[in-house]
Amino acid sequence: MVEWSDFERATIQDIFGKMDYDDVGPAALSRCLVVYPWTQRYFGGFGNLYNAAAIASNPMVAAHGKVVLRGLDRAVRNMDDIKGTYAELSVLHSEKLHVDPDNFKLLADCLTIVVAARMGKDFTGEVQAAFQKFLAVVVSSLGRQYH
Amino acid sequence: MVKFTEKERSTIRAIWEKVNIDEVGPDALARVLIVYPWTERYFGTFGDIFTASAVLNNDKVRAHGKVVLKALDEAVKNVDNIKKTYAYLSRLHYEVFHVDPDNFRLLADCITIAIACKVKSALDPQVQATWKKFLSAVVDAMNSQYY
Repeated sequence: MVEWSDFERATIQDIFGKMDYDDVGPAALSRCLVVYPWTQRYFGGFGNLYNAAAIASNPMVAAHGKVVLRGLDRAVRNMDDIKGTYAELSVLHSEKLHVDPDNFKLLADCLTIVVAARMGKDFTGEVQAAFQKFLAVVVSSLGRQYH
Repeated sequence: MVKFTEKERSTIRAIWEKVNIDEVGPDALARVLIVYPWTERYFGTFGDIFTASAVLNNDKVRAHGKVVLKALDEAVKNVDNIKKTYAYLSRLHYEVFHVDPDNFRLLADCITIAIACKVKSALDPQVQATWKKFLSAVVDAMNSQYY
């Protein structure tokens, strides 16, 4: 089981507690679609994703970005059992959505960049380490039910 | 050979202009040592680098961070010939320093995060994509003399 230090718990609660999910979710997802364009294949029904401007203004991307961040919130509120919390989501992504689990890391990286840009110098090395550890656990839990 | 469009070249230069090597260099290297602590093994002569605050106050880390970013400046100036520009550095890291090449990718990630913290919204998705393409070419070049 993953052990969290007091600093790590406090850092994660602090970052997500202050976060505007409706801003960061869309920003992270649209960034992923631009920086790693092959991820667009999972969003065939989303309409116009032809360029960065189209992605940034696409309402379905924005809506789904919010869904993703709200899903992440469940891990924030259950840090001691992220694996259990995400068991169903992992099955969903594997069996229904057929998402290559490598992509979870890509989205995590984009989220890190968005948060770093919002926090500026407050995103210190120690905060980065805690944040990346949290996302690594999330990514691992989402990949667990794949066979 | 990696090809860069005119737009990509000007994007890379524009971001690089906003980078203060003396600030971002130490920040990026400190992040690597804090977030990926196994990298401490390469800096045995640097003294105390075993806690975040030690890393952040270490003069040798600061000095070496500047050396690393100054070397990145060479790549920015020779975007069409990064592989050749870095052949010597690659050989040095392989034969003399015995650096595991996976670590180049980690450093590249930390440089991007350090830049995101500094320039914030200027590192928009399209700019990030271009910057990543540039750093991938750099990481490849650093790998090129490894067998």
